[in-house]
Amino acid sequence: MENKINFTIDGNPIQANEGDNLVTVAKENGIFIPSLCYFEHIQPPLGTCRVCTCKINGKYQPACTERVSEGLVVEANTDELKDLRRALVEMMFAEGNHICPACEKSGNCDLQHMGYELGIASVRFPHLFKDRIIDYKPSRMVLEHNRCIKCLRCVVDVKTKEGKKVFTYQDRGNKTYVGIDYEQEATLTEDEAMRAMNLCPTGAIIVRGKNLSMPFGQRKYDENSVQKNFNEKKRKPKTSLNMEKKIVATCSLAGCFGCHMSMLDIDTDLLDIIELISFDKSPITDIKKFSHRCHIGIVEGGCCNDENVETLRAFRENCDILVALGECAIWGGVPSMRNSIPLGECLEEAYLNSTTNEPGSTIIPYHEDLPKILNRIYACNEIVKIDYFIPGCPPDGNHIWKAIKNLLWNEEYNILYSEFKYD
Amino acid sequence: MSGILSPSLPSDLSQTQMLNNLWELQIRNNFISDNDIDELSQRYQISKVEVEGVVSFYHFFHRKPTGKFTIYLNNSIVSEMKGFQRVKEAFERETKTSFGSVDRSGNFGLFLTPCIGLSDQEPAALINFYPFTNLNSIKVKEIIHALLKGSEPAQLCDSPFSNIYTPADNKTVFFKEFPEGKALKNAETLGQSGVIDCLKKSELTGRGGANFPTHIKWNLAKSQKATPKYVICNADEGEPGTFKDRVLISSNSKALIEGMLICGYTIGATKGIIYLRGEYRWLEPKLNEAIDDFRRNCLLGKDCGNISGFDFDISIQIGAGSYVCGEETALLESLEGKRGEPRTKWFFPVERGFMQHPTVINNVETFCAVAHIIEMGAEEYCKLGIPGSPGTKLISVSGDCKLPGIYEIEWGMTVAELLELCEAQDPFYIQISGPSGECISMKEKFRRISMLDLLGNKDIRCGGSFMIFNSQRDLGKVLLNFSTFFKNESCGICTPCRAGNFIIQRKLEKLINGLANKNDLDELKNWGTIIKKSSRCGLGKTATNSLIFAMDKFRDYFNNKLDKDFNGLNFKFDMEAALEDYEKFNAP
Ligand SMILES: Cc1cc2nc3c(=O)[nH]c(=O)nc-3n(C[C@H](O)[C@H](O)[C@H](O)COP(=O)(O)O)c2cc1C
Ligand code: SF4
Ligand code: SF4
Ligand code: SF4
Ligand code: FES
Repeated sequence: MENKINFTIDGNPIQANEGDNLVTVAKENGIFIPSLCYFEHIQPPLGTCRVCTCKINGKYQPACTERVSEGLVVEANTDELKDLRRALVEMMFAEGNHICPACEKSGNCDLQHMGYELGIASVRFPHLFKDRIIDYKPSRMVLEHNRCIKCLRCVVDVKTKEGKKVFTYQDRGNKTYVGIDYEQEATLTEDEAMRAMNLCPTGAIIVRGKNLSMPFGQRKYDENSVQKNFNEKKRKPKTSLNMEKKIVATCSLAGCFGCHMSMLDIDTDLLDIIELISFDKSPITDIKKFSHRCHIGIVEGGCCNDENVETLRAFRENCDILVALGECAIWGGVPSMRNSIPLGECLEEAYLNSTTNEPGSTIIPYHEDLPKILNRIYACNEIVKIDYFIPGCPPDGNHIWKAIKNLLWNEEYNILYSEFKYD
Repeated sequence: MSGILSPSLPSDLSQTQMLNNLWELQIRNNFISDNDIDELSQRYQISKVEVEGVVSFYHFFHRKPTGKFTIYLNNSIVSEMKGFQRVKEAFERETKTSFGSVDRSGNFGLFLTPCIGLSDQEPAALINFYPFTNLNSIKVKEIIHALLKGSEPAQLCDSPFSNIYTPADNKTVFFKEFPEGKALKNAETLGQSGVIDCLKKSELTGRGGANFPTHIKWNLAKSQKATPKYVICNADEGEPGTFKDRVLISSNSKALIEGMLICGYTIGATKGIIYLRGEYRWLEPKLNEAIDDFRRNCLLGKDCGNISGFDFDISIQIGAGSYVCGEETALLESLEGKRGEPRTKWFFPVERGFMQHPTVINNVETFCAVAHIIEMGAEEYCKLGIPGSPGTKLISVSGDCKLPGIYEIEWGMTVAELLELCEAQDPFYIQISGPSGECISMKEKFRRISMLDLLGNKDIRCGGSFMIFNSQRDLGKVLLNFSTFFKNESCGICTPCRAGNFIIQRKLEKLINGLANKNDLDELKNWGTIIKKSSRCGLGKTATNSLIFAMDKFRDYFNNKLDKDFNGLNFKFDMEAALEDYEKFNAP
């Protein structure tokens, strides 16, 4: 006989079987406690990611290692805990090198999904850009160490027929990484290898030839969310009259101009906006120098050379509010893929050894008139103070203007979950 | 219960010898080769990567040769204050190699290591795991020359001697004559429940830092039905600035062994293990001698102390350089021959500890205290100290004072009194209980050291480390030393501690370099708090303690460090440094 007990989550009375897992019980009762490393069939639970941290009887404890009992008092979704969870997931992004647009797992990735669910707009921590390898040696898999969040799932759950481990942690502290045993890996069957890939909550374990089997749009998390308003129709925000005309400047540093394209991607609303805004220095107007002080400066891209730094500083000097637009401006984005590779190697690869070059016929450009390349990509807020971040790669056009209108005229806005999902 | 309480768990004893095997190889060949890995993986029927995982976890195991003479110089904060830099340079000069590498002849390997438990005799180093204390350039030169001439580290090494201060009027508990076997006799007279009552009366709590009531732990273990049960002594003493356990093992090992015996008798255990940190390898012979002595006197083995049916023996397991292995569940993993990753709180060690059997883990000082309390009786013991916090406590004093050493104090002594006793010089900042503990300023010097009011701020508890810093010391550098320590010693298994401590360390560097603004201070504090709340074990939960306390207590220091002309424009981004690679690459 199961023994029923009563307890509360955020004040809601809940009845459950004694000893059941708190994460599972919460889910059954419609309460979402985020979890990343928790995998129902692994016992005891791993308790490594700490994303499920709740306040249980007044103490901070992970929910996934909690068996419910009579009278338990659980706080699961207070503002403080939500912020703490966000911070933990942000740490994972800051610690690894996650370039989602270039990742096979995008759309199927638990980590990425968790980022969206928790509404992470930008990462509060500096990206650590640790140099990590991609291990191509295993016969069937590729191990992308940049993406591993050390959840321990593969270590505990992937074993050969003889019961030997295929993965084990190596080293310790912030150098910890998942080591793979090439001999044991080779003995896995195709199915077992696929299972390992699917068990990994990130794109760290990739089985060769199996990565892009699912088209975008049909992936695990494409239309799947705990957020209730996921598919809600967009509402047009009410635009109040008598809005004062404002001056805006924009620029694209080490970016791809995608964010600028996205800004133009709001169809007829663009006409309204032109009424309300005049552009100063911007690629849209092709004005090269600031002619007025601006209310707002919008920066796309991070800094890859000294000229970018100068431009960014000019923006800070000439704009009241400075907004970093898109991932590249916020933390480096796609160009920062080079951050963990020495600059010399990058230059040689790009100018001398690239496959389209005829050997010996090219040089690495270097001239006093050319901008000088920095040792790595710097996020805008490493150089100057940035007031606001608009995330996305690129951010949705409507999202951008909602945010800007709010900043300039205090216009109310809400951003729908679907406008906030980019993959 | 849907099977939750009986998951499939390993029951194999064999891998417990892994650390010993690795030690043997490391000492014999100065490294662990691919062949060795292969062999061990065969022996234990595990994959090679698993063996490598164990090797790479421990500081003292290497995959490349570490030289005929492997030198570990301590880089803890006290060493730093006492001339670490000069000693480091002297080693590099004399051996013609730099730290982190081995010289060309393969003679000397130089490595840095955190606190080696000799804080009262810094700078100190281990050479082939023998202690060398009070180093200076001249002494280093002599040592290296002697080694080159063929002397052995075992002959050259110091025998570390610590000053011991005991309470006046012969009130010492720990350092008086201890008649072997008497306490066990008393325990037999008291009976198992009597021992627990006695510990309850004496209000003994754990001396390893967590202050958990010993009688509760023992009672829980006693009530477990499963057998065999284990008694484990935590002699990992990794908290920088602590060396009381070393002194106890050197001078009071009889009480330690008898304390473990009494525990075995009380909970019904048959086996005791002392987990001795690798840094204290040199104490192993002495400890073994004491154990043999007990065996000879029929106090260990079969029917110990003539208590019929009470079989108990003790063995020693040497750790291999990992602070987190002092955390009790990490210690269990390490004893089982694995990576020292703390377990989740799914089971408590008293339910399922070593090899999933009921286990009591106590600190060296706790076991010694038990033996002395049972020997002298709870009443006598309770006459010492203050109500609610009876007895005495050992404190390792180091740093800026004339008389570093071990101080046995009655609970209730104030910080000011202790400072006076050790003749502290211009004390300004005091780190209590080590980096994971709490720092206090001179404004709080009248706080009592006791077990009362553990969460409040009237009294202050002390795990055993007491480091004194004078007003000339740079607080930021002290905190950075701590932060680097935690970053390196984190086991890496949970996110907040693994990634968070790295992030905190970077931010502290920024602060020390004068590049931080007010916002950075707020962030440091917030982030530190997040790491505290969400970490899996005590290491992460306490790693940012000192920093958070210091930011409140030494606000002026932090404010002075801020970038004063911060206007949002210039984050002191160093263009020249950022362009250096490019200029170098393109230089003709
Ligand atoms: C990171 C960490 C390191 C620890 N190191 C030690 C240690 O070196 N020695 C020790 O006795 N306890 C240490 N502890 C405390 C142990 O986990 C445990 O509480 C203690 O051994 C229990 O014994 P006690 O009740 O006698 O204090 C450490 C705890 C943590 C979290
Ligand atoms: S693993 Fe997930 S979060 Fe990381 S890059 Fe891939 S999709 Fe993005
Ligand atoms: S490789 Fe994947 S499953 Fe394994 S620890 Fe890393 S994130 Fe987890
Ligand atoms: S808090 Fe640190 S040491 Fe403890 S389990 Fe987590 S990573 Fe390991
Ligand atoms: S889900 Fe609970 S710690 Fe990872």
